[in-house]
Amino acid sequence: MAENAIGQSVVRREGREKVTGQAKYVDDLSFPGMIFGATVRSSVPRGRIRTISFEGTIPWNEFVIVTAKDVPGKNIVALIEHDQPYLADGMVNHPEEAIVLLAHPDKYLLEEARRHVRIEIDPLPAIFTIEDSLAQKEIVWGKDNVQKSFLIETGNMKDAWTNGHVVVEGAYETGAQEQLYIEPQGMIAVANPADGVTVRGSLQCPFYIHKALIELFALPPEKIRVIQTETGGGFGGKEEYPTIIAGHAALLAWKSGRPVKIIYDRAEDMVATTKRHPSRTKIKTAVDKQGKLTAMNIDFVIDGGAYVTLSPVVLSRGTLHSFGPYACPNVKITSKAVATNTPPHGAFRGFGAPQSLFAIERHMDRVARKVGLSPDEFRRRNFLSDGKTMPTGQIVRDGVDLSALLDRALELSHFHDKRRRFARENTTSAIKKGMGLATFMHGAGFTGSGEAYLASIVAIEATKEGIVRVLTSSTEIGQGKNTVFAQIVAETLRIPIDRIEVTMPDTAIVPNSGPTVASRTAMVVGGLVAEAAKNLKELLKKKDIHFPVKVTAQYQQPKDISFDDKTYRGDAYGTYAWAVYVAEVSVDTVTYEAHVDDFVAVQEIGKVLNPTLASGQIEGGVAQAIGMVLYEKVEWKEGRMVNGQMTNYIMPTSVDVPPIRVFFEGVPYRHSPTGAKGIGELPMDGPAPAILNAIEDAIGVSINKIPCLPEDILEAMERSRA
Amino acid sequence: MITPKNLDEALTLLADRAAGWKPCAGGTDLMVLFEAGKLNHTKFVNIAALTELHGIEERSDAIEIKALTTYTDILKHATIQREFPSLVTAAALTGAVAIQNRGTIGGNIVNASPAADSPPALLAYDAQVELISVKGVRRLAYADFHKGYKQMDLQPGELLKSVLLPRTHAELHHYYRKVGTRRAQAISKVCFCGVVEREDRIKNIRIALGSVAPIPLRARRTETFLIGKQLSSKIIDEAKKIIDQEISPIDDIRSTAKYRRRVTQNLLEEFLCGTGSTN
Ligand SMILES: Cc1cc2nc3c(=O)[nH]c(=O)nc-3n(C[C@H](O)[C@H](O)[C@H](O)COP(=O)(O)OP(=O)(O)OC[C@H]3O[C@@H](n4cnc5c(N)ncnc54)[C@H](O)[C@@H]3O)c2cc1C
Repeated sequence: MAENAIGQSVVRREGREKVTGQAKYVDDLSFPGMIFGATVRSSVPRGRIRTISFEGTIPWNEFVIVTAKDVPGKNIVALIEHDQPYLADGMVNHPEEAIVLLAHPDKYLLEEARRHVRIEIDPLPAIFTIEDSLAQKEIVWGKDNVQKSFLIETGNMKDAWTNGHVVVEGAYETGAQEQLYIEPQGMIAVANPADGVTVRGSLQCPFYIHKALIELFALPPEKIRVIQTETGGGFGGKEEYPTIIAGHAALLAWKSGRPVKIIYDRAEDMVATTKRHPSRTKIKTAVDKQGKLTAMNIDFVIDGGAYVTLSPVVLSRGTLHSFGPYACPNVKITSKAVATNTPPHGAFRGFGAPQSLFAIERHMDRVARKVGLSPDEFRRRNFLSDGKTMPTGQIVRDGVDLSALLDRALELSHFHDKRRRFARENTTSAIKKGMGLATFMHGAGFTGSGEAYLASIVAIEATKEGIVRVLTSSTEIGQGKNTVFAQIVAETLRIPIDRIEVTMPDTAIVPNSGPTVASRTAMVVGGLVAEAAKNLKELLKKKDIHFPVKVTAQYQQPKDISFDDKTYRGDAYGTYAWAVYVAEVSVDTVTYEAHVDDFVAVQEIGKVLNPTLASGQIEGGVAQAIGMVLYEKVEWKEGRMVNGQMTNYIMPTSVDVPPIRVFFEGVPYRHSPTGAKGIGELPMDGPAPAILNAIEDAIGVSINKIPCLPEDILEAMERSRA
Repeated sequence: MITPKNLDEALTLLADRAAGWKPCAGGTDLMVLFEAGKLNHTKFVNIAALTELHGIEERSDAIEIKALTTYTDILKHATIQREFPSLVTAAALTGAVAIQNRGTIGGNIVNASPAADSPPALLAYDAQVELISVKGVRRLAYADFHKGYKQMDLQPGELLKSVLLPRTHAELHHYYRKVGTRRAQAISKVCFCGVVEREDRIKNIRIALGSVAPIPLRARRTETFLIGKQLSSKIIDEAKKIIDQEISPIDDIRSTAKYRRRVTQNLLEEFLCGTGSTN
């Protein structure tokens, strides 16, 4: 039994089915009478719809056609703000906005038909950049283009910039990034007034869809059912967007009375669905003679795109990570999410933190240079540690020793030896090498009072046959949730792991244990699973038991954790994962290509539940971040992605990614029954600054913008020479 | 798609202009167009199994690489490895294993992408091509084959039959470098191949480039300038200026004209400096 339990590298439960091609994804499913759906989108970034006409020699009478006027309930995608329509009605606000839906039994004719829907739109002026949005060159959202803003202030900013202190200012930018899950998005809907609406497909958050479809169809909750099918990756890309496809498929099914399948091909998926928010951060810091930070002024802005979607929460997490793992007495942080006429940006692994941590970690290296300290020593003098206070007023109580993590990372990477050696060798070589590091944290679970508000519930069922069934709305999206939940139950009940079933989420069967986001599944939901298992164990000790039995557990906010959403003060996260990453990079000055040659990732993530899966999360996250830094550039034209193909949007391959060396420290989280913290997003945060810090070490050029492709390195080298 | 029994049958089909047949070899270029909905043509002759167009033949004066030879075939061939190493490097850097098993040299040439990776090596090795149709076989210098963007000296009904690489006893220095968007599965942003025979002075030099002009380009003026020269940093600087005038790169979705110019010059310098001492 012990070999199945917590801390062991149990093999992924659905792994075999996936690698042998037996797993059924949404596009593998078919229903009697099923037809196919397609989306007709805007052709301009902003404008007013004048006419919609159906042209060509298409047999239009065979088609199911849905527009805004066919919506039975409210034409809004219910999420945070109710500003986004399912189908544009009058106005369009981005170039991929859905206007008309079509369905037909013949996929090829459907595609032909899509090209023959003519939508005339009177264009209106549009804006595409953060700067234009802030400058209100055009008001495209609300009164002032600002979808959300935050202010965090502590100490006294006025006296902080006194003389004798070294003041450094900088501006940092990050670009959009596409999630590139292996399975493009797709949904199948069955819908009619008698039975209600059932959708199944590739998704992360069944109850987000459930909530939105209630509004869209004006139906009671029990008439809406959302079922996850095997899902080929999400990375946040299947957090909010599947709600739209589900609604679209359901609208077509509702009108036609037949099951409707909508599957995006890679091109449509890349251009139309959400991407990582582009950002720009301005930072001004002051440092005293002892190398201690005395003041930080941070202004963080993200591009939300045309509609609010999840931008307020992304902004919130970005804001709450913008100061890095450092103590500073005087801090002012302002942040905004602003609107542009691009498709809404959305959830992507890290959720705002990679953007703001990139800025602060590049900035810290620049300050270290300015004050004449090594990048590690300067950071060390400013580290947060237990008992110290964050700018939010949160007192660190993680038992973390960042200095020790730093020592370990420096030693494993031979940081100082290599820096010295490279500095010597670079003078005579066309290939310049450098070392860079980043120290950072990632808040685990929902921000602020999010977990308290969600109050997640899980259930466990035991049958007469001796099967134990775990019921949660957490989705398996490749991260290993099925395996880890089974391990947790096996550990608690001391039963063989193959007696445990982890149910595929189906809103008609599972309780709402919240969305599969925010690195919360193993830590928060896994903790509840452990608790429910304990409850079951107690119950089974009783005598007269009538099987099947079911127990539940519900999230309770720990008493010593509190956050004030109005003032943004308090415990922003119950706990954090902490990390030190080191990148060894070479830059070829013949071709300006940068390559990561070695990567050391040291992190403290609480109890490691499954070492193989945990390492896999870190390796995958680092690789994805290397993509974000050195390869993946979304080319925009008038708010539209023009390189929506995998030949031209460059994701690193296995030969572009170095060995990623992963090391864990584990200080169990005091409020988690298993001791686990969140790790899914952490590895996305550190590589970008570590790599650009290493590039600066190699070529002596400061680059503060990602992605940073060879063309950008050429430009930067020329600028610095000029 | 129709699969003919032999080469004659294929050529007869292709000769019927009104019928409008086009060849399909490995299909690795055609399938991409098909999937993207950009392949307007619908009638294809499957030439993949035609034994007459398979194989690599060694003759005393030349190596004949038949059109359906795959990258994997090239990679494994001992004589090509020894005498034409840049073509082997090109093959190794083309796509990844699946494409190397399936893609053909003939398809790479006739697809006529300016970013293709074998043509610079073929140009630098002074290759000839043989074309075949019902009317017979003709041969021409590969350097004369590409006429303009996607335009070739290839008549309707003609198939590329083979590529001939002339063999030599001269001591050559070979240089090939593909600068792609990543290390595998990449389209070239600049591709550079150089072959030089050098004693004290440069006796003979051929330089060819991909992705910096509408066609795979032989840098003839740079070559002419360099022949007979003793390398010095001044000569290299001048050669860089000349090659910059010979190329005509553009800004596109993958890179910028500026980057392509600068890298071309840097590669020329790396190539020339690697040939032996400069003074
Ligand atoms: C994932 C991927 C990666 C790739 N990477 C690279 C790369 O790194 N470098 C590179 O250069 N290319 C690359 N390619 C392109 C392609 O694989 C090569 O150009 C390949 O050599 C084409 O050969 P084929 O036999 O598959 O051509 P096909 O697709 O069969 O044909 C291509 C064209 O040539 C014509 N044709 C083919 N054979 C003949 C013949 N004998 N006579 C007359 N006409 C003919 C066809 O009619 C068609 O127009 C890549 C393609 C893919 C899909």
